[in-house]
This record gives sequence, C-alpha cells and structure tokens, in this order.
Amino acid sequence: MSLNSYLIEGARPYGEDVQDIRIIGGRIAEIGIGLDPENLGVVRAEGRVALPSFVDLHTHLREPGREDAETIASGSRAATLGGFSAVFAMANTAPVADTAGVVEQVWRLGRETGLVDVFPIGAVSVGLNGQALAELGAMAASAAGVTVFSDDGHCVFDPLLMRRALEYVKTFDGVIAQHAQDPRLTQGAQMNEGELSGILGMTGWPAVAEEAIIARDVLLALHVDSRLHICHVSTAGSVAIIRWAKEMGVRVTAEVTPHHLLLTEDFVSGFDPVYKVNPPLRSRADTLALREGLADGTIDIIATDHAPHPHEAKDCEWDSAAFGMLGLETALGVVVSAMQDVPDWNWRTLSDRMSSAPARIGRATNHGRPLAVGESAHLVLIDPDQGHLVVAEQLASLSGNTPYAGMTLPVSVTDVFFNGIYQVKDGALNV
Amino acid sequence: MKHLISVQELSREDTVGILDTAIEFNRVTDGGTKMLPTLRGRTVVNLFYEDSTRTRISFERAAKRLSADVVTFSAKGSSVSKGESLKDTALTLNAMGADMIVVRHPSPGAAHRLAHAGWLESSVLNAGDGKHEHPTQALGDAFTLRAHLCPGATDFAGLTIGIVGDVLHSRVARSNIFLLGILGANVVVIGPPTLLPVGIENWPCQVSYSLDAHLPELDAIMMLRVQQERMNGTFFPSELEYSRTFGLNRKRAKKLPEHAIVMHPGPMNRGVEITAEVADSPRSVITEQVSNGFIVRMACMYLLIGGDLSVA
Repeated sequence: MSLNSYLIEGARPYGEDVQDIRIIGGRIAEIGIGLDPENLGVVRAEGRVALPSFVDLHTHLREPGREDAETIASGSRAATLGGFSAVFAMANTAPVADTAGVVEQVWRLGRETGLVDVFPIGAVSVGLNGQALAELGAMAASAAGVTVFSDDGHCVFDPLLMRRALEYVKTFDGVIAQHAQDPRLTQGAQMNEGELSGILGMTGWPAVAEEAIIARDVLLALHVDSRLHICHVSTAGSVAIIRWAKEMGVRVTAEVTPHHLLLTEDFVSGFDPVYKVNPPLRSRADTLALREGLADGTIDIIATDHAPHPHEAKDCEWDSAAFGMLGLETALGVVVSAMQDVPDWNWRTLSDRMSSAPARIGRATNHGRPLAVGESAHLVLIDPDQGHLVVAEQLASLSGNTPYAGMTLPVSVTDVFFNGIYQVKDGALNV
Repeated sequence: MKHLISVQELSREDTVGILDTAIEFNRVTDGGTKMLPTLRGRTVVNLFYEDSTRTRISFERAAKRLSADVVTFSAKGSSVSKGESLKDTALTLNAMGADMIVVRHPSPGAAHRLAHAGWLESSVLNAGDGKHEHPTQALGDAFTLRAHLCPGATDFAGLTIGIVGDVLHSRVARSNIFLLGILGANVVVIGPPTLLPVGIENWPCQVSYSLDAHLPELDAIMMLRVQQERMNGTFFPSELEYSRTFGLNRKRAKKLPEHAIVMHPGPMNRGVEITAEVADSPRSVITEQVSNGFIVRMACMYLLIGGDLSVA
C-alpha cells in the first residue's frame, strides 16, 4: 500500500451518481465505476457525498497574540475537522498582520502545522487604525503571497483611504475585504436595531450602518474598477444593494456566515452572550433574504467568521462580552440546516459557495478545484443522513463559544483528504 | 416566583397580588409597627454597580423593615474596566449565603444573567439593568395610580396614562409601559422621535410627538427625567427647546383633567421636563411615589423569599 494512495469506494461526487475515486500521491488519479483497489487502502464510502474540501475566506486564528483563545495549530485542527483545506486568517492579531514579517510568520506556522493551507490576510491600514495604508505590496510580495486585505473588526471608514486601497491592490490583483459598519451609527451597539432591541433596552446596530458603507464602496469599486469583497453580509438591504451592483458590472463579491443564515436576533432575549456577534444576528426576514441571495449567487460564498474567545469573555453580562462565535467545525451542518428548504440549492451550489468561489476570490489556485482526474486530492466525505450533536467541550478549537451547543446538525463530515493525506477518518483526526 | 427581573414576566394576577400585599404592608406600618420579623435570619445583598442613592436606600430600608440582614455592596466600574467580574462577585455572594440579591447594573440583562447563568442560588431582584427594566419602580407607580384613580381595582381599564420624554434611555418607562399594558391601561407615549426607541409602534401603547394634543385625556402624566448627557445637542437642539415642547408647566398642567395626577420617578430636573410650580402643586404625587416604591419593595422581597406574613 503506497503512501497517500487510496481508493474511495461508492461515494457520490456532488451527491450525484455513485463513483469510485482513486487517489495516488496527492492527486485524483481516476474516477469511475468498479475500480480495482489494486494494492491501495480502501475507504468504503457508500452513501457518502464527496465534495472538494472547503475554503474559508474569513477565519480568526488569534495567533499571534491571543494563543489562549486559539492557535494556528488548534484552528487548523478545527478547520480540517470541519472539512476545510484552506483558511484565510484575519489580520486583527497582536501584533496586527500589517507587515510582511507578521504575515510570513502566520504563513509559516500554518505550513508547520500542515493540516490546512493557512493564507494570511493583510491589514489594509497600519494597526487597523484606518489612517495610513499598510505595506500592502510588501505583504503581497512576501512568502505568504497575500492577496486579500482587510481591517476586519474595523470598517475602513475613511472613503479616501478606501478608494486608495482599492486602487493600490490592482497592481497585484488583490482584493479589499470590507467590514461594512459605519462606526458613528453603531456607537455602543450591542444587537440588531429593531423592535427587540427597543424592548431589551440594548443599543441598536441598525441595518443602514452596514448598507450605507456597502453602497458607498460598490460605487467606489465601480469608479476605480477594482475588486471589492464584502465580509459577513447580514441584512436584506445589503443583498439588494449587492444585487444591483452586480447588475451594474461592479467587481464585487460577498460572503455570508453560517450563523447569519440560521440564527435570528430572537436568541438575544435570553441575554446569553454566546449569541453576541458582529454584525449582530438579524431578523427572520434578513435570514430569508440572505438564503435567497446565497442560492441565486448574489452572495458568492459562505465564510465562517470563526471567532474564538476564552470562556471568561462570554461568561459575563452582555455589554462586557466579546463579539464573535466559533464556526469552522459546525459550518457545513449549519449551512445544510439553514438551506435545506431553499429552492435551487443542492450539493453543487453548496460546493461552489464553500469551495470553488472562495478559492477564486482569494486566488488560492490549488483549492476549490473540481473533483476531476489530475486535480489535487483535497476532498471531503459527508454522511448526509447522519446528524451529530454539537458539544462545545468536544470541539478541537481551544475555545468553546459555539451557539450550536446542544443542537443536532443534520449532516456530518466523516472523512477528509488534504493533498491526498487521509487526515480525518470517521469524524476524528487520523493521526 | 423566585426572581423579579422584568415586569413582562408578570401576569395581571401576579401584579394585583403584589399591589395587594403592598397594601397590607402599608396598613401594618401605618398602624405603627416599625419592624416586621418576616425576613429575620435572611440575608439581602444590595449589589449596586451604579450610583443610585435613592433606590439603594429604598431597598435597604425595605429589607431592614422586614428584619433581614442587609449587606450593601457598591461596585463601581464594569467587570471589564477593573475589578472583579460579575460572575466572581456572584460566586462570592452565593458563598456568603445571600438569600436575595438586589442588583442595579448598567448592562441590560445583568439581573437576568445573575438569576439564570448558574452562578448562584439566591433570588434576584432587578433594581434597574441599564436601559432595560426597573420593575419595582413600575410596581410602585402602579400602586400610586391605583390608590389615586381606582382603589382596589383589579385592572386599569379605562385609565389613560401619558408617559413623556426620554423613553429610549429609560428603564422606568419600559417597565411602566409594559406593566400598565398588563393592567389594561391605555398608555400614550409622548416625546421627540430621537428619544423613542425603534419599533415602539408595536408596543402596547399609542405614540405621539405632541404633548398638548393629549393633555385633556390623561388621568395621569408621568414626566421622565432628561439626563444631562442627552442635552448635548444630538438628541434635541437645546434644553430650552425641549422644555418648550415637552416640558410640563403651569399652562399645560391646567389643560389636564381636574382629577389627573402628575408623576415623576425622580430625580427631577426642575425647569427642564417639569417646572417647580407643577412639581410642588397639589396634584403632584412625586413624593408619594417614593414612599410607595418602598412599600412595594417590601412586598416584592416578602413574596420572593417567603417568610410568614401572619406574624405581621
């Protein structure tokens, strides 16, 4: 039995007809019916759906700086268990990933862990302070080869800085990923602004604070003809603006998180900060618009916004709690759960939104490729009929801030191959 | 009932039960009994994360009058800025065997967290959580309204109550609007749109931007305090303009029905939301609200942590 060579028997690529998949030396060598196992290790996959592994364009790995919440190693374990082969690590670390030195460090730590490809995202502005451009070119030219830039956690609010960032990254085909949040309209904001925030006496985060920035930025992107990506779209109005922008020919892409597809602001009424996230959980109407936008392609991708926080950051009163929730290990199940009744949604569309489209936006050329002969063997097997109970303490993440604890998600990632390495077997790390 | 966090958890029967219990306490204390042995041996902790001399003293007096052991714990600053976290404080108080925590906190939901996060076993009484709720204030106000407008009634049907001013930042307004709704009163909320919460049109109340239009129909008018930090010109142009548009002065008070009462949860900004003349007029029940708040707090403490009323 040669190393990293397997025959996956009886899987259903994209949930379609049953096929055997032969992996040899990190590549897909053959796809067909009744393939001879020869001397390969056989992986029995009857009833399993096979997809290209997922790509997460929005992950917080917390290293360097907050290794108590997550490390590149622990985040990589969470990612592979969730079915991902690549994650883009956000820049809001300490120190901020605003120089070639920091992004190279993150990139190297990712390589050393070796469970997924970790692509660092560079900060747009020095120290995320929104005032001066960070060394975008140096980060792009570094070993990390940064293509995505974001001040995520902060909005690039200054329209002139945003314009220049959009223009500047054209030199190396980069993209600016905007955290769309007008800081003036969201001072002290704690939850979605609406009837419930009024009743609970919480300072509201109005939809317009997101939509106004998106409207401005799609116009800027059109004006300078550059690539813009919108992080964690959360409102029906944002979907409508992005739909309009795409019709106008703006080179804009957008992501939605699993939690904004599934959860609504109603969870806030119990004051448990595990539901505190930025942008906040929105109304039922917003989740429905997001699902529709994702299905019709207005929203290009699913991105987790995986945001680990230590226990004490959530075990407190709402106002003092940190924003953010875990996402990597639950992403697939949550997306399937949220999208199951949406028309025109199937394993092909899911695969596009979670794999090929995010890889394309992030220029991760070796990821998000179709299941086809000659491609890298990044693939995930899913049991579409086997639900699993989410237990916070059992997650690979160092943190436990999942809003899905106690929930049974409808499908399970059972096996994951990364570059042909059989990395997750029967839902557990295969080491 | 173990905790009192929000008036929205109360039924009409619960509410009337609390008000009737308060009447009993009022009768007993009016009769000259200074101390009731009801909560002897029980420990009530007043946990105050905000300066509030009035509310703190009211709760302290209420607990002492019921013979409870009273501990006051003033914790300034949030758990993040400095000092001990809310959870650690809760664990400490639980270890001390507190039977009841009366909590005032700047974060909405803090009382709910104390009651339900699994940190302690004590009863929790919300003495104001951010902009969320202040249930004993609303119960005291209901006691005052009932005494003046419908003694002994089991609902407030037919009464029209105006609540005027900064509803957005007011836990007192929230608790009052919802409690009066539970009691079946007709509530009219009046204020500038900048000081009314988004979505208030779906609350159990009418919403209006004109005080003058509603004065003749009100059986009671509650003026809300305009906080100093709202007067910096971003919520309304000036104190004077606010006072001209939404302040209760003599001229406006004259347009109220003769029987109508004037209320204010205090502390007042005389000359801003209410003139001194009106605040000190015979129809003002503002000081009664203070004593009724005290009586209602006795009733709530008694109902939450038991004790034997018959010894009273």
